[in-house]
Amino acid sequence: MTATSGVPDLVCARCDKPLEMRKVEASYLGQTFPVELPCCPSCGFVYISEELAYGRMLKVEQALEDK
Amino acid sequence: MDGDQVKAWEALCIEEQPPACSAACPLRVDARAMAEKMAAGDFTGAMGLYARVVPFPAIIAHICEHPCESACRRAEAGGAVRIGALERALVEEAYPTIRRTAQRARRPKTIAIVGAGLAGLTAAADLAMKGHAVTVLEAEARPLERLRHDIDPTVLPPSAIEADLGALTALGVDIRCRQRVTGGAGPSSLDDLIAGHDAVLLAIGPGPASQFAGTLRLTTAGRLDLDPQTLASSRPAVFGSSRHGGDDEPYSAILSVRDGRRAAVSIDRFLQGASLTASRVDDSATGTCLYVDTARHAAVPPVPPSDPIAGYCHAEAMEEAARCFPCHCLECVRACAYLAHYKTYPKRAVREIYNNDSIVMGNRKSNRMIDSCALCGLCEALCPNDLAMGDVCLDARQSMVERGHMPASHHDFALRDMAFSRSDEVAFVRHQPGHDRSAVLFFPGCQLPASAPRQVEAIYRHLCDRIPGGVGFLLDCCGAPAHWSGRKALHGEVLDHLSAVWEGQGRPRLVTACSTCLKEIGEFLPDIPVSSLWTELAAIGLPEAAVPRPVGPLAIHDPCTSRHAVDVQAAVRSIAASLGAEVRELTGAEKTTCCGYGGLASFANPEVGNAFVDRRIEESDDDFLAYCAMCRDNFARRGKRALHLIDLVFPCDDDPAARPDPGFSGRRDNRLRLSRRMRCDLWGESMSDPVPPVVLVIADAVRADIERKLLLVDDIAEVIAEAERTGRMLKDRTTGHLTASGRIGTVTTWVEYEPTEVGYVVHRAYGHRMQVEVKP
Repeated sequence: MTATSGVPDLVCARCDKPLEMRKVEASYLGQTFPVELPCCPSCGFVYISEELAYGRMLKVEQALEDK
Repeated sequence: MDGDQVKAWEALCIEEQPPACSAACPLRVDARAMAEKMAAGDFTGAMGLYARVVPFPAIIAHICEHPCESACRRAEAGGAVRIGALERALVEEAYPTIRRTAQRARRPKTIAIVGAGLAGLTAAADLAMKGHAVTVLEAEARPLERLRHDIDPTVLPPSAIEADLGALTALGVDIRCRQRVTGGAGPSSLDDLIAGHDAVLLAIGPGPASQFAGTLRLTTAGRLDLDPQTLASSRPAVFGSSRHGGDDEPYSAILSVRDGRRAAVSIDRFLQGASLTASRVDDSATGTCLYVDTARHAAVPPVPPSDPIAGYCHAEAMEEAARCFPCHCLECVRACAYLAHYKTYPKRAVREIYNNDSIVMGNRKSNRMIDSCALCGLCEALCPNDLAMGDVCLDARQSMVERGHMPASHHDFALRDMAFSRSDEVAFVRHQPGHDRSAVLFFPGCQLPASAPRQVEAIYRHLCDRIPGGVGFLLDCCGAPAHWSGRKALHGEVLDHLSAVWEGQGRPRLVTACSTCLKEIGEFLPDIPVSSLWTELAAIGLPEAAVPRPVGPLAIHDPCTSRHAVDVQAAVRSIAASLGAEVRELTGAEKTTCCGYGGLASFANPEVGNAFVDRRIEESDDDFLAYCAMCRDNFARRGKRALHLIDLVFPCDDDPAARPDPGFSGRRDNRLRLSRRMRCDLWGESMSDPVPPVVLVIADAVRADIERKLLLVDDIAEVIAEAERTGRMLKDRTTGHLTASGRIGTVTTWVEYEPTEVGYVVHRAYGHRMQVEVKP
């Protein structure tokens, strides 16, 4: 998974820093895998867009559920 | 799942039984499939099907007696399909497209066939196709001499005989004429044939065979003594044609072919060293138990050929073929949005479900399919054999949940809703104010309080007025979501709780407002005397205050859980009529459909859930009258004007049919407020209305989107409140919108919002189950 196009111009409100693409860890049903997602370089707040949540992320969730 | 039970379920579905035409055909020609192809103009495909089964298509198309036509169910709607004429049109147009290639046998055997009639040549063709070396010995000057003599050439053109014989020769069959096989010993004797071949078939037609008495056992009538099923003679490797039995049946071309095929099957089994009888299908059976509702089809007469001698032209054949229904049962599939969605029928679905349940390693592709059934019982009501897909799906759910193989996500939301209904915030039980015992305990269930809370209060007050001995009030859940989701342990827990509550209240009679509660309690808590609010109201009478007469006719929709509750159905109709409603039937109660809530279908598969509702809405333009709150709300959600019977009895709105669906968040709020209000107003308990942590402003379109995504407004408020408290949020520098997220239960909820003077405006919300974090 990577961030989709059309990412809004987001900053972390608490740290006042623009989001940067970072390697983060996604996990579901005991499975973990690395993904690159926009997050706050300071506090680590990871942003997940609606497109990602209902797109590839949902597909992976469902695939893991049916394993 | 229990394999024997699965087999029993599979056996109930008759969709795979042959159509009547095919069952009546001694060769099992699939005339239904042929007609479908011909109706679509695919004559080559139809010819392929025909020639795969019929060894001599040109001959048989002309002289077959066509028992298929006598069995054709189209006869009940305009006249049997002219299958014989279709076959002749097929041969006329597509005969040259036949492609036959003999198999290559690993160990080819030599077979001698005595007699070049239809039976002998059929066996020759079948065995040649298996790759064996076949020699046919015929005493006459030409093969098929009987057909040439007995049948008029205008019926069976010599060209048809020559074409089929040419194809047989092309398969490598060696036909030797003027070769009479004698008894005793000698170069042209049967003993000599037996010695020189791996198998011998005596397809010698009716009549005595005394010349072979020294070699084979004969009957008292002097004919070959053959096993009727296998056509084996008294001597291994020697078989005969059963028509040689000399029965009194008139000659039948198609039965001769069947006999030749029967002998060929035995010879092939014998040559392979296999049992002649094991798993052998009875080729003489003619019936089928395939159910076909012919009344569904308008009568259409057969197409007359414009040239009766030449037969159908291409266009006429297509038109006649299109008269084939085709025969299928599919009674349940036609009526069920779930089966239609998955493009399946029970026999296939049961196998798929069992396979999904049995997978040890690999993907379980049918999980959602199993959870998409509404368990509504319509298929069982329609099935000629009473097969209930709901039983199959529920059994699979229970089996998979028990082993941790069913995705929790399908039913998470519904079970969370159930937990909320059962929580101390909502659930309570009390005796009627001023009483210390209850003769009756009113149990409105979860969904009516969630949909029409004011009416629930009004009903309770009415019951208290009319029923002596104290009417207690129980706000709780019957456990249907736990049952439907296959959570046996959770379901048991709910039932134990209800049972204890009932005992604690002095074992009163229960009156339920919800059809599902009535059914669930009746089935799982048989000790509790339970009846429906509607039969109760019919008995005690309605409030005396005048209520407005409903405007216009109302189409009555029975909930699927009342499918067999005849007393409830009658009481509902009688109450509606007494209030002046003009009630019209849809399908009638027994064939009612589910609103998608049943079996939690709409949670696992919203598309199927909506299809249930939308199909039902299509049935009538009248306003719907429901007596299940979920049915009414689902109709309202999909844009159908619908009212609940309670709206007629205790009117609270000017136009109750326009009452909107409260949605899941609204339902929770209604339950919570009703619980608090009643405890406060009736029992004087200190209660206050729930106060949300933040004030939200949500446009209708956004609210509908939130509903669709199965998110709760309460959760959204919690996420915003937490973000505002901690400052953990993102800010869009272009729009100024804030985005925050929070993990509630198993879902991370995201909210894009904007603080304003009137409250937090929610622009959108979404969720996911996967967890994502930065690893140090």
